[in-house]
Amino acid sequence: MPEGTICNKRPVATREDLDALLADGNGKKYYAEMEELDVDVEKLWATIQKTMKSRTKTWLEICAHCGLCADSCFLYSVNERDPKQVPSYKIQSTLGEIVKKKGNVTNEFMRMCMDTAWSKCTCCNRCGTFCPYGIDMGVMFSYLRGLLHSQGFVPWELKIGAGMHRLFRAQMDVTVEEFVDTCEWMVDEALEEWPCLEIPIDKEDADIVYMINAREAKHYPEDIVEAAILFHVAGENWTMPSEGWEMTSLSLFAGDWEACKMQVETVYGAMERLRPKRMVATECGHAYRATVIEGPYWAGRPDGQPPVECIHYVEWVAEALETGKLVIDPTKRIKEPVTLQDSCNYVRNAGLRDCGRIIMKHIAEDFREMSPNKEHNYCCGGGGGFNGIGRYRKQRNTALKMKREQILDTGVKFVIAPCHNCWDAIRDLEEEFEIGIRWSFLKPILIKMLVIPEHLLPQE
Amino acid sequence: MYEILTGPLLWIAFAVFFVGLTTRVVLYFKGLDWRLDRVAYKPHMNYGIKGAFRSVYRWLVPFGTHGWRAKPIFTIMFFAFHIGLVIVPLFLEGHAVMIRNGLGIDWPAMPQLLADILAIAAFLAGLGIALRRLLLPEVRILTDIKDVMLLVLVLTLLGSGIIATYHTANYSFWITLHVLCGVLVLLTAPFTKLAHIALFFCTRIQIGMDFGIKRGGMKSNFDW
Repeated sequence: MPEGTICNKRPVATREDLDALLADGNGKKYYAEMEELDVDVEKLWATIQKTMKSRTKTWLEICAHCGLCADSCFLYSVNERDPKQVPSYKIQSTLGEIVKKKGNVTNEFMRMCMDTAWSKCTCCNRCGTFCPYGIDMGVMFSYLRGLLHSQGFVPWELKIGAGMHRLFRAQMDVTVEEFVDTCEWMVDEALEEWPCLEIPIDKEDADIVYMINAREAKHYPEDIVEAAILFHVAGENWTMPSEGWEMTSLSLFAGDWEACKMQVETVYGAMERLRPKRMVATECGHAYRATVIEGPYWAGRPDGQPPVECIHYVEWVAEALETGKLVIDPTKRIKEPVTLQDSCNYVRNAGLRDCGRIIMKHIAEDFREMSPNKEHNYCCGGGGGFNGIGRYRKQRNTALKMKREQILDTGVKFVIAPCHNCWDAIRDLEEEFEIGIRWSFLKPILIKMLVIPEHLLPQE
Repeated sequence: MYEILTGPLLWIAFAVFFVGLTTRVVLYFKGLDWRLDRVAYKPHMNYGIKGAFRSVYRWLVPFGTHGWRAKPIFTIMFFAFHIGLVIVPLFLEGHAVMIRNGLGIDWPAMPQLLADILAIAAFLAGLGIALRRLLLPEVRILTDIKDVMLLVLVLTLLGSGIIATYHTANYSFWITLHVLCGVLVLLTAPFTKLAHIALFFCTRIQIGMDFGIKRGGMKSNFDW
């Protein structure tokens, strides 16, 4: 059987395709079919020849095999320093072999590559910053994921996730109507406490267009209302698009570059339609990476920039606190020791290390840094899609140990995690290891601390 | 043998070395692709150059990066090894004489004592690096026969050079071995991992531009 009915080289194209995948339950049939999936050697080699140019080629070739990347990788550390977890080994024994063999590899080998690419690397890019040559194995693993995806060797959940983007332009099946409805009823519920609160939909020429992670629309709508309250208190002229509000990209995790392009073009479409001065992105790391850092390239924009200036939520909060748009009641600052999780995607890979510190200076009395921190912080343990893949749950839980140790070392019981993936991973690590910590996004704690201008309070 | 090695063969070796490495550098930069690399190199050249400079400079300074500071013993061995291998061949009196005679230009030389110290330090550091490769499981798993051969070649080059300096009984053997290894290094550099002599700068420039342009360089400098 060259192609399975649900595990094959074709991406999800219809609702029926998606339903068939979802009907599989835990991917049992999908992975069984994968064992029979043929490798299209010619296509694989042609793709490599077309897409692997001097940067990646040189990286593979020039690696001095010095092993300095070993200790940079948290997965190497938490797996008892298993030499097979050395980043260089991981990429040389997968992508390196595929290239050496000109794509002539077996089904079994491709499945080994899939397991390596999605359970032994979170594409956190830390190794690249510790390699004297600057060989970024996270970038290469992302490339390998693309090759594997094109051959059908992709974890079940991520094929579904990328399929969701293809069908709904969101990682979850949220339609335009459902989204607008959600915003309306969430505001209705909050009106008593926040008179005049609104979520302006599709307002043109606003100062800010706010964009989110589909999980907020589907599972945590209170997050959208919290954002609305904060914009309201800050007096921002803002809006959300009815379509193109979803910044995340499970297709980035899946290596489905075509779906990445489809998704981000929808988001850019909203920016071009509404012409805001700036876009503010919700508290999510990969969503920012996808829409602001990588997205312009998927969309083929030669300047590498999105259509309007885009900032992450931590940038907006830092700016609002510094300019006095948001004012913190000094008596309500966090008294207990607190630490901050730096997201790989917007700190290491987008230069936003200072924003978190500015925010902590305003809101916390006893802020304690993790070690290492800022651009050298470790991945939360669940990045790059790791959190969401059932097949690798055991490996993911092991991966959480590094963050557990980092948090325990700070001695705090409260972690601020302005990133969905990190937030999930820290929640799961508490569930798994019960170290007695609490964790939070910024929005809910900010709201509790704000000085609210008189005119925004409910009339008695 | 010595005459052939230091005569036409040496010229050929130098030609292969320089032409070969230059070609690799040119091909490297020609092969960069803003779409595939996802870095808008040209429109943001200023940020790119700044990022590239910081990326190269910080890694050239001993203990200048988080990576170097994380591995102090290796860092000392690494710099002792590389300083000896770059500075001594260029400014050793014995080499300077050859350059002066061969090219007819006034070439400076370093004091013999300093050269000796640097060369011996490089040799010992090289031995340390070789030992590390054999002892540490995380390095051993990466090591292949080419890595070992390269270390043997370079250590032989250094060792024979040091011994020859002292004009021992077998001077002609050691000096011939030394020049032979030198010629081999020059001839193989463009085609082996020795190409890092030039490609180190290329890959560091590229990753520096990546971080300088795309991954945050417009908002803060990456703290390597």
